[in-house]
Amino acid sequence: MNYRQVIARAIGDEMAADDRVILLGEDVAAAGGAFKTTVGLLERFGPQRVRDTPISEQAIVGAALGAALMGLRPVAEIMFADFAGVCFDQLANQLAKYRYMSGGQFRVPVTIRMANGAGAGFAAQHSQPAENWLLNVPGLKIAVPATVADLYGLLRTAIRDDNPVVVFEHKNLFAVKGEVGPDAALVPLGVADVVRRGGDLTVVATQQMRHRAVEAAGRLAADGVEATVIDPRTLVPFDDETVVASLTETSRLLVVQEGPAGGSWGASLVARIAQDHFDLLDAPPVLVASDDTPVPYAGPLEDAWLPTVDRIVDQAHRQLAY
Amino acid sequence: MSGSLADLSAMLRIRHFEDAVRDLFTRDLVRGSTHLCQGQEAVPVGVCGELAPGDTMTCTYRGHGAVLAMGSPLDRCFGEILGRAGGVCGGRGGSMHLTDASVGALGSNAVVGAQLPIAVGAALAAQHLGTGAVTVTFLGDGATNIGAFHESVNLAAIWRLPVVFVIENNQYGEYSPLATTTPVARLADRAASYGIPGVFVDGNDVGAVRAVAATAVARARAGDGPTLVEADTYRQQGHSRSDPATYRPPGELERWLARDPVTLLADRLTEQGAATPAELDAVRERARAEVSQALERALSWPMPHPDTRLEGVYA
Repeated sequence: MNYRQVIARAIGDEMAADDRVILLGEDVAAAGGAFKTTVGLLERFGPQRVRDTPISEQAIVGAALGAALMGLRPVAEIMFADFAGVCFDQLANQLAKYRYMSGGQFRVPVTIRMANGAGAGFAAQHSQPAENWLLNVPGLKIAVPATVADLYGLLRTAIRDDNPVVVFEHKNLFAVKGEVGPDAALVPLGVADVVRRGGDLTVVATQQMRHRAVEAAGRLAADGVEATVIDPRTLVPFDDETVVASLTETSRLLVVQEGPAGGSWGASLVARIAQDHFDLLDAPPVLVASDDTPVPYAGPLEDAWLPTVDRIVDQAHRQLAY
Repeated sequence: MSGSLADLSAMLRIRHFEDAVRDLFTRDLVRGSTHLCQGQEAVPVGVCGELAPGDTMTCTYRGHGAVLAMGSPLDRCFGEILGRAGGVCGGRGGSMHLTDASVGALGSNAVVGAQLPIAVGAALAAQHLGTGAVTVTFLGDGATNIGAFHESVNLAAIWRLPVVFVIENNQYGEYSPLATTTPVARLADRAASYGIPGVFVDGNDVGAVRAVAATAVARARAGDGPTLVEADTYRQQGHSRSDPATYRPPGELERWLARDPVTLLADRLTEQGAATPAELDAVRERARAEVSQALERALSWPMPHPDTRLEGVYA
């Protein structure tokens, strides 16, 4: 089972458990998804519950919202996360605000899935790590799974949640392998995973960067430096508690993020820790992020845009030498 | 089909409600902006009058009339516009977001055209669940130029969803006359590109609106898909409270006032002998009193407590 395949497994399990769950999006049905993440669902659940839509992202998200107001639990795919830009009104002004501005008259159990991130040579308009676009939109929850088990467990939890949850599926992780047993656990929103424990430094990273952080921690261990690696798994809600608990042991925070620093979850985490837990720190908290450019196309350019294992290791040593 | 005394009453309640809201602004009791629908009352009253319990509706920020026509109480709508805790949205939405799920009013939307995809989704749920419910969505003439309109009508058409799109063509998109923004004179003609019926109707004639709505609603309920209705009407006020509407050509307002939907219906009821002058007066007086009593109640309600501001972001 890999990261790509587990998506249909998670959606299928929820559709089997609850008739109100439907799936809609471009090519999600007959073609099994542009990324082959929904293969087999049409055959299993039929065209009423697994629906191909026109290329109409506003209508996809808005229809999911409207159907949720009337009691369905829609899962909508908008393919590349970059296309969130096409339907930003429906995401940020409608989906996120609908419950609040109606004075709590509605539950909005909508799951929005999108394929996220850089590293595969898709260039600027098919590579956006778009989770930070939605970070400043109260009303949405945001999941950023990095592993097969987390993607499975978070996607199922998202579908069961009575609020809009945007699940980012990182397309450079589709080949990542993992085990999901027949009674695999749901993963709650807002609970971080402590991937590795060490007493010298706390590294926080998501999705592709989580895997690089783990690799960096392995190299640091060879240098005698033990790092804790935390994957928050969801950005909203964010598990500050686990990060703070680790900092009481390590006193050093290194956040690694795919995407520019401005207005990002990484920058927000660094700010919160500096503001609320300054006394825990022995060195300035640092965010390793991407450059302030669109995602470039050519291999060497894109490689340089993404934080590398080397950068993480170098920054960790600097933190420790502070 | 002709309008009834009950329609006259419903239209008068909206008229007095909107007049009262305008007055509340001058007394600085309403925040932000508001968008009034005097002159357009026959459209929501005629369309919503053809709906059944369980049917739903989304509308525009000029939606007080539509929400009231669905049956939302006058006092709780006043309360919302006044920002009171007892308002339909507890004071979190205001004039542009009047929403009353208990009567199927699923939301007034402050983003042009954004209510259309949501209506399509409500209709999708009705089709999926087999409830037989129909969703109506109101939009302005200007909204036919925004992408969400195209996406929504197209999607509703291919899935044959039980939704009725009702354009309230009040001749102006904000301050711009329709002809300066739109290359077709008949907005109903736009239905042709989606393979669905497009129907033009005199939106100031509540009976004509009812007849067209009845057909469109029946078609939707039968599973035959959406209809695009263009109701020709006129915004007697400016776009919003800050707009004196000086761009209107001389004589235009007067011509439309001569076709005021409330007056038209009252005259018709008299001509047809459906109501005596005394009965009309009684309806007028009752509508005025209901609105004024509802407003008094809403004004007596408290504002929401600031400590409640965090409630309701998430379920």
